[in-house]
Amino acid sequence: MWTYEKKLQYPVKIKTPNPMYAKIIISQLGGPDGELGAATRYLSQRFSMPDRKIVGILTDVGTEELAHVEMISAILYQLTRNLSPEEIKRSGFDTYFVDHTAGIYPQAASGVPFTTAYIGVKGDVFADLNEDLAAEQKARVTYDNLLRLIDDPDVRDPIKFLREREVVHYQRFGDALGLAQDAFCDKKNFYAYNPAFDK
Amino acid sequence: MNERQKLMCELQRTSFALVETVLFLDGHPCDEKALEYYCETREKYEKVLKNYEECYGPISVLGVDSEKGWTWVETPWPWEMEAN
Repeated sequence: MWTYEKKLQYPVKIKTPNPMYAKIIISQLGGPDGELGAATRYLSQRFSMPDRKIVGILTDVGTEELAHVEMISAILYQLTRNLSPEEIKRSGFDTYFVDHTAGIYPQAASGVPFTTAYIGVKGDVFADLNEDLAAEQKARVTYDNLLRLIDDPDVRDPIKFLREREVVHYQRFGDALGLAQDAFCDKKNFYAYNPAFDK
Repeated sequence: MNERQKLMCELQRTSFALVETVLFLDGHPCDEKALEYYCETREKYEKVLKNYEECYGPISVLGVDSEKGWTWVETPWPWEMEAN
């Protein structure tokens, strides 16, 4: 069960539209390390996680990722408003426009549509938590790369906020891994069993 | 920044502090300092939320003042320029 809050997690107010930026930022919506994948990954992994504290982290980080999906979508919406056909052609946004107009469709910057092939749900406590730690780092790198390509401070500001959240989530998944090691590890054999499956 | 934007900023700040505290508490449920901070922040958040909803309309469907009609669909959605 979820409820909606009619506010962004962090303000997005972009004065100057720029479809070239939208073309690359869209990867953080529907790309391999994007926010939609993040939300889907954590919210799906919860069900086989045998520790209530770790489920708490997956639930609350996953929910925050949905707020990030909305923030990235708001950035894309504002970057592509009031465009003329000339601007669309000149910026290279035409290859997206032809299929989606100025609608927000989850895809990678390369044009590949969002797919759950980007996420892992292994049903194993240690495999899943290590996937999550790597995912946060990969998303952080994507934001670093975007910041290398974007000059407009109105766009950089929310991107910097989202980048910092990747770092914090990495720390929280570090807490989760620590909890799992304390709760489930056999001292003689780290991988003696899968606590998500073997009883 | 107008008065509504200032209050929205305050709401986002307080709400963010709450999100951070919740994530920390999930992994450290016995941390007394964090629990105390959670209680303070929640109280502050509830106040700011009530204040915002009374002045500028609902943040959730529970915040609709039905005497004014179905205001949920009247105020700008969060991605609109007007909302930020």
